[in-house]
Amino acid sequence: MSFLRRRKGTDSSKSQNLRCNIVKEDEKNNLYESPRKESYNSKKWSCWDSCCWFIGFVCSVWWFLLLLYNTMPASIPQYVTEAIKGPLTDPPGVKLRKEGLTVNHPVVFVPGIVTGGLELWEGHQCAEGLFRKRLWGGSFGELYKRPLCWAQHMSLDNETGLDPPGIRVRPVSGLVAADYFAAGYFVWAVLIANLAQIGYEEKTMYMAAYDWRLSFQNTEVRDQTLSRIKSNIELMVATNGGKKVVVIPHSMGVLYFLHFMKWVEAPPPMGGGGGSEWCAKHIKAVMNIGGPFLGVPKSVSGLFSVEARDIAIARTFAPGFLDKDVFGLQTFQHLMRMTRTWDSTMSMIPKGGETIWGGLDWSPEGSSFNCGAKTLRNNSINNTDQIPNINLANMKNVNYGRIISFGKDVAEAHSSKIERVDLLQDSMKADMLANLTNCDIWIEYHDIGDHRIKAVADYKVYTAGSILDLLHFVSPKLMARGGAHFSYGIADNLDDPKYQHYKYWSNPLETKLPDAPDMEIYSMYGVGIPTERAYVYKVTTATDCSIPFQIDTSAEGGSEDSCLKGGVFSADGDETVPVLSAGLMAAKGWRGKTRFNPSGIPAYIREYSHAPPANLLEGRGTQSGAHVDIMGNFALIEDVIRVAAGATGKELGGDHVYSDIFKWAERINLQL
Amino acid sequence: MASNFLRLRKPYYVESTINCSSSSDQKPVNLSFGINETRNQTKKRQAKEHHGRRSCLDSCCWVTGYLCTTWWLLLFLYHCCLPFTVGHEVPELMPAARLKREGLKGIHPVVLVPGIVTGGLELWEGKPCADGLFRKRLWGGGGFTQLLKRPLCWLEHLSLHNETGLDPPGIRVRPVPGLFGADYSAPGYFVWDVLVKNLAKIGYEGKNLHMAAYDWRLSFQNTEVRDCALSKLKSKIELMYRANGNKKVVVVPHSMGVAYFLHFLKWVETPPPMGGGGGPGWCAEHIKAIVNIGPSFLGVPKAVSNILSAEGKDVAYFRAMAPGVLDSGTLGLRALEHVMRVSRTWDSVVSLMPKGGETIWGNMDWSPEDEHVCEFSKKRYFRFSPSDNNVNNSDAKQVFRVKDPVKYGRIISFGKAASVLHSSQLPTTVLKEILHMSASRNFNSSCGEAWTEYDEMSRESIRKIGAADKAYTATTLFDLLHFVAPKMMNRAEAHFSHGIADNLEDPKYNHYKYWSNPLEMKLPDAPNMEIYCSYGVGIPTERSNVYKLSPSNKCKHIPYQIDTLVDEEDGSCLKSGVYFADGDESVPVLSAGFMCAKGWKGRTRFNPSGINTYVREYQSKPPTSGIKSTAHVDIMGNIALIEDKLRVAAGATGEEIGGDKVYSDILRMSERINLQL
Repeated sequence: MSFLRRRKGTDSSKSQNLRCNIVKEDEKNNLYESPRKESYNSKKWSCWDSCCWFIGFVCSVWWFLLLLYNTMPASIPQYVTEAIKGPLTDPPGVKLRKEGLTVNHPVVFVPGIVTGGLELWEGHQCAEGLFRKRLWGGSFGELYKRPLCWAQHMSLDNETGLDPPGIRVRPVSGLVAADYFAAGYFVWAVLIANLAQIGYEEKTMYMAAYDWRLSFQNTEVRDQTLSRIKSNIELMVATNGGKKVVVIPHSMGVLYFLHFMKWVEAPPPMGGGGGSEWCAKHIKAVMNIGGPFLGVPKSVSGLFSVEARDIAIARTFAPGFLDKDVFGLQTFQHLMRMTRTWDSTMSMIPKGGETIWGGLDWSPEGSSFNCGAKTLRNNSINNTDQIPNINLANMKNVNYGRIISFGKDVAEAHSSKIERVDLLQDSMKADMLANLTNCDIWIEYHDIGDHRIKAVADYKVYTAGSILDLLHFVSPKLMARGGAHFSYGIADNLDDPKYQHYKYWSNPLETKLPDAPDMEIYSMYGVGIPTERAYVYKVTTATDCSIPFQIDTSAEGGSEDSCLKGGVFSADGDETVPVLSAGLMAAKGWRGKTRFNPSGIPAYIREYSHAPPANLLEGRGTQSGAHVDIMGNFALIEDVIRVAAGATGKELGGDHVYSDIFKWAERINLQL
Repeated sequence: MASNFLRLRKPYYVESTINCSSSSDQKPVNLSFGINETRNQTKKRQAKEHHGRRSCLDSCCWVTGYLCTTWWLLLFLYHCCLPFTVGHEVPELMPAARLKREGLKGIHPVVLVPGIVTGGLELWEGKPCADGLFRKRLWGGGGFTQLLKRPLCWLEHLSLHNETGLDPPGIRVRPVPGLFGADYSAPGYFVWDVLVKNLAKIGYEGKNLHMAAYDWRLSFQNTEVRDCALSKLKSKIELMYRANGNKKVVVVPHSMGVAYFLHFLKWVETPPPMGGGGGPGWCAEHIKAIVNIGPSFLGVPKAVSNILSAEGKDVAYFRAMAPGVLDSGTLGLRALEHVMRVSRTWDSVVSLMPKGGETIWGNMDWSPEDEHVCEFSKKRYFRFSPSDNNVNNSDAKQVFRVKDPVKYGRIISFGKAASVLHSSQLPTTVLKEILHMSASRNFNSSCGEAWTEYDEMSRESIRKIGAADKAYTATTLFDLLHFVAPKMMNRAEAHFSHGIADNLEDPKYNHYKYWSNPLEMKLPDAPNMEIYCSYGVGIPTERSNVYKLSPSNKCKHIPYQIDTLVDEEDGSCLKSGVYFADGDESVPVLSAGFMCAKGWKGRTRFNPSGINTYVREYQSKPPTSGIKSTAHVDIMGNIALIEDKLRVAAGATGEEIGGDKVYSDILRMSERINLQL
């Protein structure tokens, strides 16, 4: 302002330059007006406009980079990778095409649990506009937008295990059903791409998509899925000049396909009426990838408390979110309510009881697995054989047989020192009146009352056999429904007519393989990753509406190499399925002519040792042994392609074993 | 940034004032100020520069940011409001909702058969230029973005082999299977989606709803040879029949899918190796009804102009899909030539050529549509209101007395005169002579690589064919095409036939090339089956074209083009070189309705078992909005049509939904056609 005053002074003094004077007058006007205007303007600019400016700037830069990225020749990423890592090996499809392999046998994919997409065909008001949009798979966008609505539509009827009234959610069909689970997360896509390299296409590949929430027989009842698979396999064999199909089931698909093989030969109305030679005529090989033949311990904790580190693959996808409050405060309860309506989860409860999974003081794995995961992981194939021997001395015998124990001390004590209160006895005393709280969420825990919860904890230790009693005890409705569709025992006499019922079809210990001596069965799975095998639980100080049991994450083994971490005992496996479950049937139960395999179908074990991706550029790795990532394992893909192109198991090199599965199989006393 | 900018701005305004005052006699008063001033001046200049540059860049950013923010805001609001608006639209969009309340339930499984160009195609194996497109769509969906990114590569991959009509070496492009195949052929361009939604409402889902996707570029028999598409369809129908408690299927073919399904009907009952070996009772056992939508039974005249010059107003379905693209210079300046080169490798285009020759389509001086009135816009309002009937009829007659009937029979005429004059005034056709004359072709080697077959023709013969005063009917047309596109016609002739059978018992009609021509095949022996012809009427549809030689005589140029300058006064059927008749914008009524109205009506030689046929026409009512539109593709969303289909799928017979429903002159037209039945 000092300027102003001074200028007025000069103005009043005699001025000679008229022109300048005029200008000065103008300026003076400006002076009185413009600062006000300017300051107003600039004030506005500084807030709202600079926001706009900033957004515009970011957008422009982003577009510019995007433009650069798009104009970049496609070879650059590869070039960069090569510069860092040295020349890339050819993907197996390209390599084998150079060897002259071409299309031969048609291929059938059977996806596993949770990896198949589900879409909405009919829904309630809240799902308006989602017709034929994916509810499961894809981006899971709806899960974020309307979580309760989503959970409601993903649930099944808790009495029938079929559709709830007014809701129809159906599996996506075709290869798109499970090629990618979510954007960028491949499941079958890599295998499909490699098969396409040697000439496979839509008419020689078939994705047997099914609704993985239903029990196996119900997929036929509701969707006629089994009939559809049968008709498609027949068509592919007919249109490809009588070439038999190679079936590639993954994860739970393995059990589903076991069920299918029994179903297709069983007479109608229960079965498909294909006759006793159907499998022999139509199937060349069944290449099971990561098959939970004998179940997975994870499913127990899943049913019991919806926990289990990374049980639901869903959680690995949206890790942060399930633990937070999208569903309000009761995420777990909602999830539990939803997953408990899915019968298929019960197909993976450990089968074979104590004979297979071990008793209170005994387990097939015993002490032979090294849990020092870190050392194991980073080593290449050659070293894995040696390390267990070195560390063997340090290791205690782990009681893997006790799948659930309450308290760490209980888990480690000898069985004679544990005081147990009999479950059923106590339950008689418990008041059967439901402790009806005003929880608006249905889980069966609220029906069973505090006494029973205490009784559960007092029993202290559960083996694979008594785990069934436990589950029957805490969730009777669920198990009653599941009991009609699945069975978990070992057959004494396979010729007993009761084994013609479909509930036994997916249990390899209660079925005979079909009469097809030319067929081949492969068990292909990853090894070298610690896999959940047993749990330490605790009773939570329950608020009204929560699940009363929790994995005791404070239970830690002493040393770095201990198998107990965060309340979970780990054993060898592919992160989801323990080796025992994936390999035992091929290593023992079906090896040679046994009562489970009367026609002597050759069974091969192909293990793939896990090697994590060396750097970020590799994505999920080409040598991974993890349950889902193994679908991108080059060695596995090569095996699959060779078999599809006509090779036999012998030509592949027979068994290929890293783990101690044969030793464990020795220890299991299974009548053959 | 912004604060920085402010700092620069403020001094500027203050300083400018100082500037002037200081240039007057200021110096003595305050020396120190003078020093200040010089510094200020330099600063000012800098500031001015800064200011100028920044304000440009900054305001650019500002505008972008502003637009983005507004856009997001609107998008957000739109998404917030969407649920409510959708809720209001539903009852209108969904005839199924109403029918469901009436207690309608899906009983018969439904098979959808898409037509030409509406199905998606994806890449399974390609040349290096198509890297990264494995299992991505080339056609439909996002596929057209590839057209923009790498046009030549895209065209190369969509072409078929020039001689076999199958895959070119090293390229495998396959149809997208399942419902994804055709429900959204381009984003926002609904084809089957509305229908599928409605079917789902009354209980349909994956197990009783099937989309028979096939590669629409191939000839019909080749889809079986290469992809086993017919076998797949057969097995699917059998499965659905069994899995749904032995309920027969209802088939809904659209456009070219109609001819495809006719082919299937014959194929499935023919013994192998040529056929599917289903035995003579297969259709009777498995099919309840065929609800044809916009059927092109007897071909479409559009296909001719498409082959001849890749033009045809809105033929080129390409263009309908990506309108801006082809007309602009994406493919260089020769978009049409490229399109022609690609589409001439597609055998299926030939299946759409007019069938039945002059008997059906009319000759030089006669056509079945002779009494047609072209004032579409006016006529449609009054014509069917009973009160105005008399008035209007007399009106129409007056129009006719004034004018000669349009000579629709001349599907191609060169020059307007040739399309109007009486045939006696035209020179006799000398095509045969030209053919003989130029049997030994002098190849025009100066053009280098031959792009289209036109380059292999001598200029002279091109000019002779296109000489003014020549006209071609549906019969002589084939001579013309044989002449201008010999390779394509030879290839296609092994797969399609376009005549009328004299004696259907002739064993030669067992060959598959006759199966898709309704005039050369017998319907299967299935007296309980029903056939519907459902199509839109009331939209001007291309019926014949006036051509001219294109002025340019350069190489690699299509020598003929539609003479868009030929026009007549309002109310005429001739507009920009095209004669219009009644139809659904692509298929003339004649082609869509004739078989149901006459060829198959009752027991005829084409329909020996007397299958019931129904003509269901859907009147176009202006304003033609989405749900009432009757245009060739949009009719799939027509609520009246959907309701009919739902009722049939739920078990109604043709009689129950009201039998024939006719608005057009199809009955009179078929009267006039002299076809032996």
